Amino acid sequence: MYRIVSAIFLAENIKKFEIEAPRIAKKRKAGQFVIVRINPNGERIPLTIADSNPETGTITIIAQGAGKSTRELNRKEAGDSIADVVGPLGTPSHIENFGTAVSIGGGVGTAIAYPTAAALKEAGNYVITINGARSKDLVILEDEMKAVSDEAYITTDDGSYGFHGFVTQKLQELIDSGKKIDFVLAIGPIPMMRAVAEVTRPYGIKTVVSLNPIMIDGTGMCGGCRVTVGGEVKFGCIDGPEFDAHQVDFKNLADRNRIYQHEEHEADQAAGHQCNLTGQA
Amino acid sequence: MAIPRQEMPAQDPQVRIGNFNEVNLGLTPEQARQEALRCIQCKDPVCIAGCPVNIKIDQFIKLIAEGDFMGAVRKIKEDNVLPSICGRVCPQEDQCEKVCVIGKKHEPVAIGNLERFVGDYERMSGQKIDPKIAPPTGRTVAVVGSGPASLSCANDLAQFGHKVVVFEALHELGGVLMYGIPEFRLPKEIVREELDGLRRMGIEFRTDVVVGRTITVDELMEEEGFDAVFIGVGAGLPWFMGIPGENLVGVLAANEFLTRVNLMKAYDFPNSSDTPVFDCKGKSVAVFGGGNTAMDAVRTAKRLGAEHAYIVYRRSEKEMPARQEEIHNALQEGVEFLLLTIPLEFIGNEQAWLTGVKCQKMELGEPDDSGRRRPVAVPGSEYVLPIDMAIISIGNGSNPLIRQTTPDIEVSKKETIVVDINTMQTSKENVYAGGDIVTGGATVILAMGAGRTAAAAINEKLAGKAKSFEEW
Repeated sequence: MYRIVSAIFLAENIKKFEIEAPRIAKKRKAGQFVIVRINPNGERIPLTIADSNPETGTITIIAQGAGKSTRELNRKEAGDSIADVVGPLGTPSHIENFGTAVSIGGGVGTAIAYPTAAALKEAGNYVITINGARSKDLVILEDEMKAVSDEAYITTDDGSYGFHGFVTQKLQELIDSGKKIDFVLAIGPIPMMRAVAEVTRPYGIKTVVSLNPIMIDGTGMCGGCRVTVGGEVKFGCIDGPEFDAHQVDFKNLADRNRIYQHEEHEADQAAGHQCNLTGQA
Repeated sequence: MAIPRQEMPAQDPQVRIGNFNEVNLGLTPEQARQEALRCIQCKDPVCIAGCPVNIKIDQFIKLIAEGDFMGAVRKIKEDNVLPSICGRVCPQEDQCEKVCVIGKKHEPVAIGNLERFVGDYERMSGQKIDPKIAPPTGRTVAVVGSGPASLSCANDLAQFGHKVVVFEALHELGGVLMYGIPEFRLPKEIVREELDGLRRMGIEFRTDVVVGRTITVDELMEEEGFDAVFIGVGAGLPWFMGIPGENLVGVLAANEFLTRVNLMKAYDFPNSSDTPVFDCKGKSVAVFGGGNTAMDAVRTAKRLGAEHAYIVYRRSEKEMPARQEEIHNALQEGVEFLLLTIPLEFIGNEQAWLTGVKCQKMELGEPDDSGRRRPVAVPGSEYVLPIDMAIISIGNGSNPLIRQTTPDIEVSKKETIVVDINTMQTSKENVYAGGDIVTGGATVILAMGAGRTAAAAINEKLAGKAKSFEEW
């Protein structure tokens, strides 16, 4: 069992946890994830490590309640425990001094963009962060992002805070302003990452995305997390989760992530739960 | 020979496709004695040489014949700590039973069924026979992975008096015994009970530790102070066929399908398990491959309600690597075999969901390197088989985590770990390996044999000229 040291909501439905996991805290690098199993009947869900503290032996994860397991996780409080936390998994982010690096986080993806932004800063990059959300109350990690940025921008879809529009519009604006951008990291919903890839493609700006395929073991055994990158089959848990955005087949990823939609919908109906995505029972 | 080979009672095929309970029900004590009496107690029991862990087969069978079942348990446990498991999943027909002298004129003695009987007898008797353990040596060994190779290695090391800590990446112990082999062939409760026996010997188990990620082999020795490391992490990265459409929704590896159902208990989703599995009810499911894993997958699909459960295999039934018994069971359960058939391409709809597979018929040509006749395509024989799910079961590569993080362990071209087969020592001092990570996909018992060989070599290395286990 892994004890939760602190649990606070950052926004509606988005919760930040500090969890005791000393071995992982010691080992973890930016871009890596853990697989969490909330209870003995639980499924194994991958969650990116947002931060860690080797001294206190804790790791930080940020979860958005989307399915049964993440909703259950978000009901946990400080002092509660989680059945299993395993990691750090995945290949760490490739960090170097690219020059000017833009780190883009969309929604809860900011939780993943943040540690990599911090690592890019550490490596000597001029770091620009774009932190996107649907509206003001869904903006997370604003102060943290600011602290590791040379320039920090917030965008909201509804214009309730910061730049009114999508992260891609802000990125385009930066490019149009004549800024020489050497590296872009984009983490968020699949349509956002695909859109960012299309913005940077014509300029040949090296762009990396962190993918979230379905996985079970996370150690290269089940083959569930395979993604198509540059026409080749890659394993998200071993080769990834970060890949060259211009090579990723986003449609294939989105399609494959829908495989258990039918089963999960049936289960939700059986449990009488209102679907977050469609608003239907 | 007056006594016929005793037939293993089994669940009726029509009943068992509706449940996940074990198919074989085990010999009765009377049947076991009858079967044991078929053994003629050869002076030179060739069956022992046919067993990768050299169980004293003649001796334990003699004890069964005499009705001393607990004596048989003791005898078998001198060489094999997991008789209930091996009795179920070993390919006896290719090992001990293959060389049985009786088998020359009649059916061989049912050594596997007797081994299973002995293991089950102990579990059901409530009397546990724990092996003798040598006094502590003060040496510690880390065992990586908790599948068959690791468990047999850990057992022997503990008996030699070494402190053993087993590290497992998953949340459950047992490796392939838990995630790979289905409940209907190997009840998980049996694996758990066998693990309890190892715990009683003082072996420590730590789950959720991925060696190569959470900690490296070097750190185990340098920071955690282990004197030696045994790597038994099994196979990894499932192979795919490299044909078009393989990333369509509904095409998955047997490892994923079986892990969902076995380890994560997805057959009971959404009740006692939060992990879903593709809803097979009334659907057509095709499994590509002809090994034991393919049989496990196709029979699982049948139990999940598939209307059509196909095995698609490029050679004929004779060349199938699966055990005869599993092929027989699958046929009895209504699995449809599409032999001499290869898939050319998976076909999907606009939502990228699998709808079918384009196949081609094959015929057998000249023998290839493996001695099996090579399948050759029949021109113009292409057709589309409508399917809703495809399960690829053509084998595994090796897991890259250890070789990536421990570059001084030599690996082969196939990326399996290279060892000295007499000691299972790798190119790295005090690091040993065995099981599928060395051989590529193989059997439980071969892995156990490798684990034992490694344990003996580790013991010799750590204890210098220490006495062997038999001398304690």
